[in-house]
Amino acid sequence: MFEIVDVEVASIFGMNHVKIEEQVTGIVGQSGSGKSTFLRLLNNLDTPSKGNIYYNDRSLVDIDPIKLRQKVVMVPQTPVIFDGTIYDNLVIGHEFCGQRSPQEKELQEMLQMLQLDKDLYINASELSGGEKQRLALGRVLLMDTAEVYLLDEPSSALDDKTAEHVLGKVIDFSKNHDKQLIMVTHDQDLAKKYADKLIKMDMYSYNVEGEKV
Amino acid sequence: MAGCFRYLFILVVLAIVHIKKIPRKKLIIISTLRMTLQLILVGYILIYIFDHPHPLLTVGIILFMLGFAIFNVYQRTKATIQLPLKKMIALAMVIGISISLTYMMLIVLQLDPWYDPRIFIPIGGMIIGKTMTGVALGVNNLIHGMRDQKDKVEGALMLGASPKQAAKSIINEAFDSAMLPTINAMVGMGIVFLPGMMTGQIIAGQQPVTAVKYQIAVMLGVAGTVSITVLIFLHLAYKSFFNEQKQFLLSKRNPSKGDKPVEFH
Ligand SMILES: Nc1ncnc2c1ncn2[C@@H]1O[C@H](COP(=O)(O)OP(=O)(O)O)[C@@H](O)[C@H]1O
Ligand SMILES: [Mg+2]
Repeated sequence: MFEIVDVEVASIFGMNHVKIEEQVTGIVGQSGSGKSTFLRLLNNLDTPSKGNIYYNDRSLVDIDPIKLRQKVVMVPQTPVIFDGTIYDNLVIGHEFCGQRSPQEKELQEMLQMLQLDKDLYINASELSGGEKQRLALGRVLLMDTAEVYLLDEPSSALDDKTAEHVLGKVIDFSKNHDKQLIMVTHDQDLAKKYADKLIKMDMYSYNVEGEKV
Repeated sequence: MAGCFRYLFILVVLAIVHIKKIPRKKLIIISTLRMTLQLILVGYILIYIFDHPHPLLTVGIILFMLGFAIFNVYQRTKATIQLPLKKMIALAMVIGISISLTYMMLIVLQLDPWYDPRIFIPIGGMIIGKTMTGVALGVNNLIHGMRDQKDKVEGALMLGASPKQAAKSIINEAFDSAMLPTINAMVGMGIVFLPGMMTGQIIAGQQPVTAVKYQIAVMLGVAGTVSITVLIFLHLAYKSFFNEQKQFLLSKRNPSKGDKPVEFH
């Protein structure tokens, strides 16, 4: 559960008071309106110029940032692929968090769920953009430490059909595992279809608010 | 008179540069003069020191070389580096080189007296020189690695990595690149080239076996010193790319008040 109080990021956006407690929250707005910047604040990669952000009633500045990011994991707009195989890429989050890697079977099921029909032991750099995006999604979905997923345009590199399938699966998965999902998308229809709450970012408004769908 | 023949080499170089119209004539003349003057000066200083050995003189000369080496690393770094990084370079070189030289002179070579300038100064100089090259490579590769692999570093943070985990592959690559010249020198030693020190000793009439013994000690000393110093530097320096909130400074969009600048282009 996030609560945003009087937050401002110099010359990008401002937000008076927004609570994010729904299961699925969509963040929409034109490009450049500050969607990615907002997600970065929730992951504590950036600090607002003004105001406070609370996660489960604790101010982000008082939470160990590493512990926070192990619970509130983020997939950036451009997926990051690390050196090594698909397997290496899927378990690297577990390594960072000091957790035991999942069984191969679990990894294969995740690939299947995301329609990524690839061998676990091929080099991840061989994947296409869309495949890399799904690999990056699978990696965070597998993390046991996660309580919240922050996804920045998770389907930007996918064709419409794959996007719909993958997003549907990601949302089902989050619900079944009782994880909160905060997702940036430029596709308003998509957001309305899946989200319990929408946060609309606007380049010209410094008073962004959330609304129930 | 015969001494003048050696400068014939430089005339050949100048002739080639002139014919090829390479704009380096002035630089070549100046560096030839500088080298000659510097070496003559050093020769006289060494004669004085060898005739009047004193612990303070040995230590003083070593410190002078160390200071020069640190300054040289600053100059060789292509990015303009900021004060925190400069301090780390200096600190790592002072610690790494002090430890290594102490070990080298007292335990490996067992100098008697410990400040014996005939051995301490030239061997110390060689080790400092090679360490300087290694650290400069380490600094450059750390900065470039962080800059070129920004997204990977931050991508690791997003998955809950500590700054150390996030920077690990960059630290390792920087370390490798700093060690590579030393490793190559060890592999090629004696086959591709005879090292300057050994050549000098042999010319001066030493038994090749004695020269070889010293050379092995020096090479191992160089490898050890470069690795310790670069390792200390990298483990201090990667931290300066992150702030207290473990945010990666090169990727931030909204700099916080306390963020120290790391480097500029
Ligand atoms: N690395 C950066 N440093 C500073 N400003 C940036 C950076 N990246 C983006 N911006 C600016 O921040 C604003 C918001 O960008 P962003 O959050 O990426 O928008 P969105 O994700 O909604 O497209 C834009 O005006 C953009 O120019
Ligand atoms: Mg964006």
